[in-house]
Amino acid sequence: MRLLSLTLKSMRQRKAGVALTIFTVALSVFLLLGVERVRTDARQGFASTVSGTDLLVGARSGPVTLLLYAIFHVGEATNNITWKSYQDIRSMPEVAWTVPLSLGDSHRGFRVTGTTSDFFVHYHYGRGNPLAFARGRPFSDLYDAVIGSEVARQLHYKVGDRIVLSHGLGGANLASHADKPFRISGVLSPTGTPVDASIAVSLEAIEAIHVDWHSGIRLPGMEASADQARHMDLTPKAITATLVGLHSRLSAFAVQSAINDYPEEPLLAVLPGVALGELWHLVGTAESALRVVSAMVLLVGMSGMLTALLGMLGERRREMAVLRAVGASTKAVFALLVMESTLLTVAGMAAGVLLLDAITAIAHNYLLATLGLVIDQSPAPGEWPLLVLVLALGSLAGCIPGWIAYRRSLADGLQVRL
Amino acid sequence: MARGQTLFLHGPSGSGKSTLLGLLAGVLAPSSGDVHILDASFGSMSAAVRDRFRANHLGYIFQQFNLLPFLTPVENVLLGCAWSAERSKRAGGTHARMVEEAQRLLAALGLGAHIWSRAKTGELSVGQQQRVAAARALMGGPELLLADEPTSALDASSRDAFLKLLLDECGLHGTSVVFVSHDMALARHFDRSVALASVPQES
Repeated sequence: MRLLSLTLKSMRQRKAGVALTIFTVALSVFLLLGVERVRTDARQGFASTVSGTDLLVGARSGPVTLLLYAIFHVGEATNNITWKSYQDIRSMPEVAWTVPLSLGDSHRGFRVTGTTSDFFVHYHYGRGNPLAFARGRPFSDLYDAVIGSEVARQLHYKVGDRIVLSHGLGGANLASHADKPFRISGVLSPTGTPVDASIAVSLEAIEAIHVDWHSGIRLPGMEASADQARHMDLTPKAITATLVGLHSRLSAFAVQSAINDYPEEPLLAVLPGVALGELWHLVGTAESALRVVSAMVLLVGMSGMLTALLGMLGERRREMAVLRAVGASTKAVFALLVMESTLLTVAGMAAGVLLLDAITAIAHNYLLATLGLVIDQSPAPGEWPLLVLVLALGSLAGCIPGWIAYRRSLADGLQVRL
Repeated sequence: MARGQTLFLHGPSGSGKSTLLGLLAGVLAPSSGDVHILDASFGSMSAAVRDRFRANHLGYIFQQFNLLPFLTPVENVLLGCAWSAERSKRAGGTHARMVEEAQRLLAALGLGAHIWSRAKTGELSVGQQQRVAAARALMGGPELLLADEPTSALDASSRDAFLKLLLDECGLHGTSVVFVSHDMALARHFDRSVALASVPQES
């Protein structure tokens, strides 16, 4: 207690140095935890691109391929699911809901997803967050479209704007569906998922813009105007993939094997979490890079912290001789130095954590909107070992001058050397 | 050296005065031989026991930089018995009475309340700081006072006045004094005088 009050009074004397040291420690802790949080959340965000969906079903290919084209909009589907198969899956007793996905059209590089309004209800991401509308509402008219936040940001679209879809996914000379323009009915809030860079329309709309098409070519002499198409049978013949929700997660494997063994068509059902995990292995080098950055930050942060603490403690050699002379043991002197570095470290850690929380809170929306990065405010599990490490190193930093003071007091007696 | 006696120790620089004080204070351990002090032998004590012995029985005054600048003068004086229950008891026992004793010592050594109650330790003059340091060394009436050239930073008149007050206060408690200085003019204040160059092994 006596040592603690001495330490505190001594630190009060050196306010500027103490503040600087705490600031250095705080910055180190901020960087360390920040990198760790970004790393964890990038992984977490990726792993929960689709959440709340129990099965993802498409034509038979590989799980990663299916995930890539159905969710990440990378590559093209090798095959479709017939409308009948979709209806069969829908009517399975274990199935609670299905959301069909029909891909293949685009608008200025952004992919168009044909789906139902259930998409906005059942598609969840992150920790079960549903899609939210920044402006407008889901599609209600046949020629309504809902755009993702990234589409709105890059193309400066707003609710009420008219857009024309293109047939196909890219390339120079896309045939356009200019005869059937769409009206933007809503803009989604940023999610950090591929939904941000996509446009959602109804399944019937996809069917309508293709009524006078066959095998990718517009049939001459069979043109149907936008209004004529409204009165035609717009039941889709096929969809690309479907999200499936079950009444009970426990039946996931049973339903999965039932779909995989579907006799009328080769289908593939995958558990999104498992497939995402496999995909993460492919793109995992990014995480490894972040790990390396994290290690470097640790190194630099720790040495900065040690330098600051050592410099601070070096100032106290004069005190040590005085304390020794009045009977303080070498142990007490040692304890004094370790106590100071521990106090400084703890204060720095607290400041660093607060700084990180403040900045993530402030930057949260900006990061989500610009980078699609969801940074969580709650500490990542990897942060605790880091904090323990920082504390241990901080206390250890006090041991070095403590040990020097110990050695010196044994060697020099009570002479004060400056 | 008998109890209550005062000893003046002089010698040229590098003759081992400070080392001898270190040995007497029990901070340094002799490479050979033993130190007998106040009927105790440092040779048979561990470092921790010597620390406690120093806290209980010895007062020490440095040449310079005696005080902790972040404490008040009175707190600095109280530090003298902070590590010793024995000296705390002799200085009054309770915190209030120890503060009283510290203030009395400061006054006896020529520092009035108007000086120590207002100024921070760091704002005191060197002479005033040495008085606070002396008060700390005498707090709780140690048996032996070790002083390492405490007057070297003072001018001749304040030096003599300081020394007189210091020795008077020591006489009050029966405290023995070992006073190291290269200033032979001070020798007349002491019972005995020893030149270190001619007596290299002294205890």
